[in-house]
Amino acid sequence: MKPRHKRVAVIAGVLVCVGVACGLVLNAFQSNLVFFYSPSQVAAKDAPVGRTFRLGGLVQAGTLQREGLSVDFVVTDTLTTIPVRYRGILPDLFKEGKGVVAQGQLGPDGVFVAREVLAKHDENYMPPEAADALERARTAGTAKEVYK
Amino acid sequence: MIPELGQFALLLALAVGVIQGFVPLIGAAKGRADWMWVARPAAQTTFVFVATAFLCLASCFVSNDFSVLYVASNSNSALPLPYRFAGVWGGHEGSLLLWLMMLSVWTLAVAQMSSHLPQALVSRILAVMGLISVGFLLFMLTTSNPFERLSPVPPDGNDLNPLLQDPGMVMHPPMLYMGYVGFSVAFSFAVAALLSGTLDATWARWTRPWTTAAWTFLTIGIMLGSVWAYYVLGWGGWWFWDPVENASFMPWLAGTALIHSLAVTEKRGAFKSWTVLLAIVAFSLSLLGTFLVRSGVLSSVHAFATDPKRGLFILIFLAVVIGGSLALYAWRAPKVGLGARFSLMSRESMLLGNNVMFVVAMLSVLLGTLYPLVLDALGLGKISVGAPYFEAVFVPLMAPVVFLMGVGPLASWKSALAPDLARRLRWAAGVSVVAALVTGWVAGRISLGVASILTDLWERLRPTATQPGLIGRVRQLPRSMAGMMLAHLGVAAFAFGVSMVKTYEVERDVSMRPGDTTELSGYLFTFRGVRDIQGPNYDGVQGLVEVTRGGQPEAVLRPEKRVYRVQRNPMTEAAIDPGPTRDLYVSLGEPVDAGAWIVRVYFKPFVDWIWGGCLLMALGGAVALSDRRYRLKRRETQTSTTAAGVLT
Repeated sequence: MKPRHKRVAVIAGVLVCVGVACGLVLNAFQSNLVFFYSPSQVAAKDAPVGRTFRLGGLVQAGTLQREGLSVDFVVTDTLTTIPVRYRGILPDLFKEGKGVVAQGQLGPDGVFVAREVLAKHDENYMPPEAADALERARTAGTAKEVYK
Repeated sequence: MIPELGQFALLLALAVGVIQGFVPLIGAAKGRADWMWVARPAAQTTFVFVATAFLCLASCFVSNDFSVLYVASNSNSALPLPYRFAGVWGGHEGSLLLWLMMLSVWTLAVAQMSSHLPQALVSRILAVMGLISVGFLLFMLTTSNPFERLSPVPPDGNDLNPLLQDPGMVMHPPMLYMGYVGFSVAFSFAVAALLSGTLDATWARWTRPWTTAAWTFLTIGIMLGSVWAYYVLGWGGWWFWDPVENASFMPWLAGTALIHSLAVTEKRGAFKSWTVLLAIVAFSLSLLGTFLVRSGVLSSVHAFATDPKRGLFILIFLAVVIGGSLALYAWRAPKVGLGARFSLMSRESMLLGNNVMFVVAMLSVLLGTLYPLVLDALGLGKISVGAPYFEAVFVPLMAPVVFLMGVGPLASWKSALAPDLARRLRWAAGVSVVAALVTGWVAGRISLGVASILTDLWERLRPTATQPGLIGRVRQLPRSMAGMMLAHLGVAAFAFGVSMVKTYEVERDVSMRPGDTTELSGYLFTFRGVRDIQGPNYDGVQGLVEVTRGGQPEAVLRPEKRVYRVQRNPMTEAAIDPGPTRDLYVSLGEPVDAGAWIVRVYFKPFVDWIWGGCLLMALGGAVALSDRRYRLKRRETQTSTTAAGVLT
């Protein structure tokens, strides 16, 4: 092979590698994005059924019930509530009345089955998703009042 | 008094830093030796002032001076002494000071160990590092002053976040920052080379030990963080693909690519402008990492209270450093040149393959980390990219890397012969085919890497006519070569550990009453109940779990649930029985009823190999650093410059 051909071959090889990698990356990216929804959006049937997403808000006080390994609680954005079921150990900073983000799927019965429950590492810190859900609910609430 | 002294030292450091940043740079441009000479004493003076400020803050922490806002928010009089000292970097302001401290340490090291380098190069390098320190000093003094006073003085401090009260806190941040900031040396070398327009094999030889040192520290830093997360978060995971972890992993990937491309630039004079670009990228990613972690755009244990002014400052600083150096690169890189040519089948092209893989891996991590942030900033919704994405991308990308790692070092420079390579690798190939048939594809791949390294070692240590004794042959093996082999064996050990944990780990959450047992992979766990305990600054309960295997006692584990008195946060302390072939891991969940607890038990085969592999990599870096060739004095390097000139 002439030097020029070799150079072309090297460049072609690199391009193929990069192309394959890009394909892998974009494919993995497409199927692994996890979207976030607030309880109001879930209640309005905006959230997909049978696909993993994140639900954020506050744990409604007095709704936490543990039976053996499984836990039930209600997530609220102060307008709407969604029941959540989880099996396993809750994080240390999970508390009634505090912010929470749950990742899982919405069942056909309207119960959100969480596979992961995230609470944050600092007592006073609100997960951004939970804060966002409350903020949305607040603005939606005032909008309604203006309507009346 | 002491806080004011620290504040004053920071201001002086800023003043000297400005001199260090500009005078030598102008001197080098105009060829004035007296201006260039300023660089070294200025660097030494900056170090003294920054170290003074650092010690002042440390002394405020140790003496519980709660009149300082930062101390009051991150410490408490009941906090044990080592954590009070580590509290210095327990928050935003102090970790910036730590960053700066590390930068001055590296700058001082360059100033002290560069007597054999040309004056113009040293001046430029120290000047660039001075400019970086000016940026960070300005940031600290304008938006995040650690010495700010608090009035009225509170009776006691707000305590360090319980999660940070751990031996990991003492070691992990300094090591990680040492690595992060260490890439500023390679960056400064690259900018100096671009400014002067000359980049040859000697430049690469001078840059290599600094890059390897930074990489070694970063490897240890990331490893310590991983171990810490493993035992303290109570989830038993060693890597979560959390954006903050990714922030430290991206500079590591770029740094690994840089180490390999520097080898080519030194030995063969090829990949020149690519090497320079990688040096810029590695440090830019370190800065980006600092930004991501410290600005509060990410929600994690590492993010502290946020202030939009800070984010804006870092963003501007990032834009200036990254944009400026890339612009300089675009302008000057053609002058540096591409370097020597090589054939398709050669060690160069294998190393090129390594570089392509690592850069693609780095970019895919960057995409997964930044995409949610960009989307959020544009108001297009909140999404998250989880571990499945990174795993789906990483596993196929790293497979060819392990292959190249085995074959590459055996290929000769410039042009290798495929039949020769195949002949030398026939045993390695045979072993890995058998391993793949017996235990599966993953083990086969790893064993190809290991067997190739052993083949390489055998070829080098085989008895020869001139040197019959084994010890003599081992001593003849260049340290950099031995370091590379150790690091590559570390990668193999790491890959083995990861595959074993991924494939064979068993996890179970069970509700247990005292006396209850649960069985996991042949181990019988018996829960014996909990008792109350009291620590220096926390109360809690300690569970007792006895483990037996085949009737023989195997381990006694004491997991804890603590509540720290000041911040009232519960904390889970897992109990682990480590071993070379498996870890047994138990953590307490929550009490259910009548003395029963939810207990999480794990069987983690070969998990310690993951960190053992990282340690081997770091050890390899340290061995490579001790290579004689980096300690050559000026006269000898000049002769080899001529030699390299002839070669290229």
